[in-house]
Amino acid sequence: MMMKTLKASVAGLALCAAPAFAEDVEVLHWWTSGGEAAALNVLKQDLEGQGIGWMDMPVAGGGGEQAMTVLRARVTAGDAPTAVQMLGFDILDWGNQGALANLNAVAAQEGWDAVVPAALQEFAKVDGKWVSAPVNVHSTNWVWANKSVLDANGIAVPTTWEEFTAAVETLSAAGVTPIAHGGQAWQEATVFDAVAMSAGGPDFYKSAFIDLDAEALGSDTMKEAFDRMAFIRANVDDNFSGRDWNLATAMVINGEAGFQMMGDWAKGEFLNAGKVPGQDFLCFRFPGTVEQVTFNADQFAMFDQGGTVSDQQAALASSILSPSFQSAFNVVKGSVPARTDVSDADFDDCGKQGMKDLAAAASSGNLFGSMAHGHANPAAVKNAMYDVITAHFNGEYDSATAVEELVSAVEIAQ
Amino acid sequence: MSVASQDSGMRQGRVARVFIYLVLLLFGLFYLLPLYVMGVNSFKPLSEITGGGMMALPEVWTVEPWLKAWSTAQIGVEPTGLRPYFWNSISMVVPAVAISTVLGALNGYVLTKWRFRGDTILFGLMLFACFIPFQIVLIPMAAVLGTLGLAGTTAGLVLVHLVYGIGFSTLYFRNYYAVFPTELVRAAQIDGAGFFRIFWRILLPSSGPISVVCIIWQFTNIWNDFLFGASFASGGGAPMTVALNNLVQSSTGVKEYNVHFAGAILAALPTLLVYIVAGRYFVRGLMAGSVKG
Amino acid sequence: MATRAEIDMRTRLQNWLPKLVLSPSLGMIFVFVYGFILFTVYVSFTDSRILPFVDKNGQTTYELIGFTNYEKLFKLSHWDIAVWNMAVFAGLYIIICTLIGLLLAILLDQKIRGEGLIRPIFLYPMALSFIVTGTAWKWMLDPGIGFENIMQSWGWVSFSFDWIKNRDFALYTVVLAAVWQSSGFTMAMFLAGLRGIDTEILKAAQMDGASNWNLYRRIIIPQLRPAFLSAFVILAHLAIKTFDLVIAMTGGGPGRATELPATFMYSYTFSRNQMGIGAASAVIMLMTIAAIMIPYLYSELKERKQ
Repeated sequence: MMMKTLKASVAGLALCAAPAFAEDVEVLHWWTSGGEAAALNVLKQDLEGQGIGWMDMPVAGGGGEQAMTVLRARVTAGDAPTAVQMLGFDILDWGNQGALANLNAVAAQEGWDAVVPAALQEFAKVDGKWVSAPVNVHSTNWVWANKSVLDANGIAVPTTWEEFTAAVETLSAAGVTPIAHGGQAWQEATVFDAVAMSAGGPDFYKSAFIDLDAEALGSDTMKEAFDRMAFIRANVDDNFSGRDWNLATAMVINGEAGFQMMGDWAKGEFLNAGKVPGQDFLCFRFPGTVEQVTFNADQFAMFDQGGTVSDQQAALASSILSPSFQSAFNVVKGSVPARTDVSDADFDDCGKQGMKDLAAAASSGNLFGSMAHGHANPAAVKNAMYDVITAHFNGEYDSATAVEELVSAVEIAQ
Repeated sequence: MSVASQDSGMRQGRVARVFIYLVLLLFGLFYLLPLYVMGVNSFKPLSEITGGGMMALPEVWTVEPWLKAWSTAQIGVEPTGLRPYFWNSISMVVPAVAISTVLGALNGYVLTKWRFRGDTILFGLMLFACFIPFQIVLIPMAAVLGTLGLAGTTAGLVLVHLVYGIGFSTLYFRNYYAVFPTELVRAAQIDGAGFFRIFWRILLPSSGPISVVCIIWQFTNIWNDFLFGASFASGGGAPMTVALNNLVQSSTGVKEYNVHFAGAILAALPTLLVYIVAGRYFVRGLMAGSVKG
Repeated sequence: MATRAEIDMRTRLQNWLPKLVLSPSLGMIFVFVYGFILFTVYVSFTDSRILPFVDKNGQTTYELIGFTNYEKLFKLSHWDIAVWNMAVFAGLYIIICTLIGLLLAILLDQKIRGEGLIRPIFLYPMALSFIVTGTAWKWMLDPGIGFENIMQSWGWVSFSFDWIKNRDFALYTVVLAAVWQSSGFTMAMFLAGLRGIDTEILKAAQMDGASNWNLYRRIIIPQLRPAFLSAFVILAHLAIKTFDLVIAMTGGGPGRATELPATFMYSYTFSRNQMGIGAASAVIMLMTIAAIMIPYLYSELKERKQ
């Protein structure tokens, strides 16, 4: 009986997924904080200009986890939203479930294949079909530094791990907290992304995090990566656990700490505090990963509306990828456009560098999905890795144990 | 049913009484502390908060965060504040509380005054149902609501809260009516009064205190629910807690703690009001019913 | 004068009416609680990931895989931690709430001036949702800005209170915040119990010269048995449902030190796309609850029959 009801409702899914007003798009997203939401409003107004209403469905929390829970309920109820903000593997999972619409017609018309980096396309296409419209590219291997703290201690921007450790020790000796860090699993994983890349290089990163090769996961290089994490752990303040990332950023802004490893969204905090890139704060790639970019991208996945792409969805997708929206949105958000042919005129120095890095990494094959942000492996594996990384960072495992645990955790999760 | 509100208090010396007041005072401070922290920080400009001094009174008092939380803060793409969501919560809470209380009262009445074979087992099953973790009902509930055509509607939300509130409302009324003299019911029966007439004329008039307990309990739980509200309401119809969550949670944006705290107090005002206004009847209601065998 | 048949009809109706009135509630509970539990049991034997369903082409997206999910579950050290934490958390939470509730109720029962003011202060935390009081607690417990910092700035330099940052103690801070929320409510239940006690017996005992201590120990507290039982049901139910609090205060950290079964279940079902394991953990949790609650409900309800 129960199963019958469930099956019936899912069978009905394809037929009655369209919202009550066919003219509207219903958008499920988690961009609710001031700047992000205001940036999204640009998109809303753009659509309203075309006579398409926007039904807003914001659900914040856990970096989109809450929204994904709600999405499951909506899809199960046969009432899927028109467009849903999504990340990485979630898009592929839903695409493989057959729930997403085929956007190839719009994509071909607007030439997406030529302007969106290939590494990003892997998360926007299922079986050769475009199913979602990428909004931005965040890169996660940034270091943010307080320029006056660095200057006062005679530290130049470090480009290798050795220079970085030297800089950290200088700061430590000077009584400044070298590294500002927020002790939450995703933040530790964000740091680990960059650390693993710098310890083993792009090939190692790919085979360990993307191909999930047991040998790479259990290698000495991985142990070296964990050792480097231990070094970082030794150079954060005592009070790091549970701290929100933006409070860690505030430590750098206020000069209490020298560096923070965080994605490009951290820039907004500096700008909000009235700081100027290049003068008050510095942004540079994590030492040893100067050529690489680990990324995550927000996209809007389009849910199937009974076999075809609705005009509204096509209009929404095309607005999202229009250069004007890509520029307007990403200037506010701190990320860079998802297409590489957008003018960088409106971006600040860090933004300009981010765009340059992205284009260079995309063409040289150095653009990789971020493990910490669900663009290297599926959610189950990602979270299994989180468990080990965070346990190691909090002193539960030593590096050798962490490597063993990582191998077995990934195996169970697959 | 009237129980004399008489303290079973003892004779004590002066020292003992000072000590009692001292302990009560300390606990009072303990309970008030988080509210103080939230309140005091909601009147500060953001720079004062990030500058430290969580407990300090504001150097510059401002009501800006309150205005912002109520009417201009960004909840979704529109800067609407919490205001529009307030009504959503009200229109969900009122029917859900009313229906679950009425059903609870009727159930309690049946289970104590119209007993039949197996009624205790049925009550046990209803009571055990209170313990189901809400996380597991999400998906099947969505399927059922979809089938019923109630997905994304307030009616659907009311149904969900009704289903998961009924165990406790039945528990409260059952325990309350259990000590209500059955002889009165029997006498009325002999006089020819029917099922509903007895309920209406005899039990209901003395159900005031337990209704207060039940309403407070249901109101608090339903008003504060987040998971169901987020999953089963449409975007524009989302209850207050979902809006508050959107206000407070931001993954990669600036966190305006002062606005968050102001919003949190605003969202909690109705429940606080219910506790303060109905609080005195609350203990009386518990006293008369649910804590008695 | 009604005919015999009419009277029969009426009695029959009167006999059926109570069951009829009860049936909508029972129907809802059977479908929405027990039906869903059976569904969860079913899902726990499948390899469901995002959704436990068929896709649009009518193909199932899952397979029945027997006890594999349960085997995986028991291999996860993460689950052991969650279960152990639950035992510690629920135990401490229920005991401390009961003790504080009883103490405050007894104190408040001593003809206290301003009781009407004090009571709502003790009760109000129950009215607030943890989405934000969690943040307030997180702040107060944070050594950098909270109590530790304040005590130190008041001159007590060696004062240290960093439990929330410490793997071995973080769980106790969650207990603290949870006790803050519901001990006032427990107090109200005991206060109600105290006010319901027959004053004649007390007077008689006082006449006999019983000391206050003995009065409470021998006469009053034993009479509060129903209040203890009600408090236990409500606190146990709250302990099991504790979820928002952990998410808001510690997010399960430091590391996984404050993970509870509810957060485990949520994370496997919804964030990790391993719905099968999530369902298996829910089934184990329900069985544990049943193992504790059924004997209790049985003895409680059986006794009332007398």
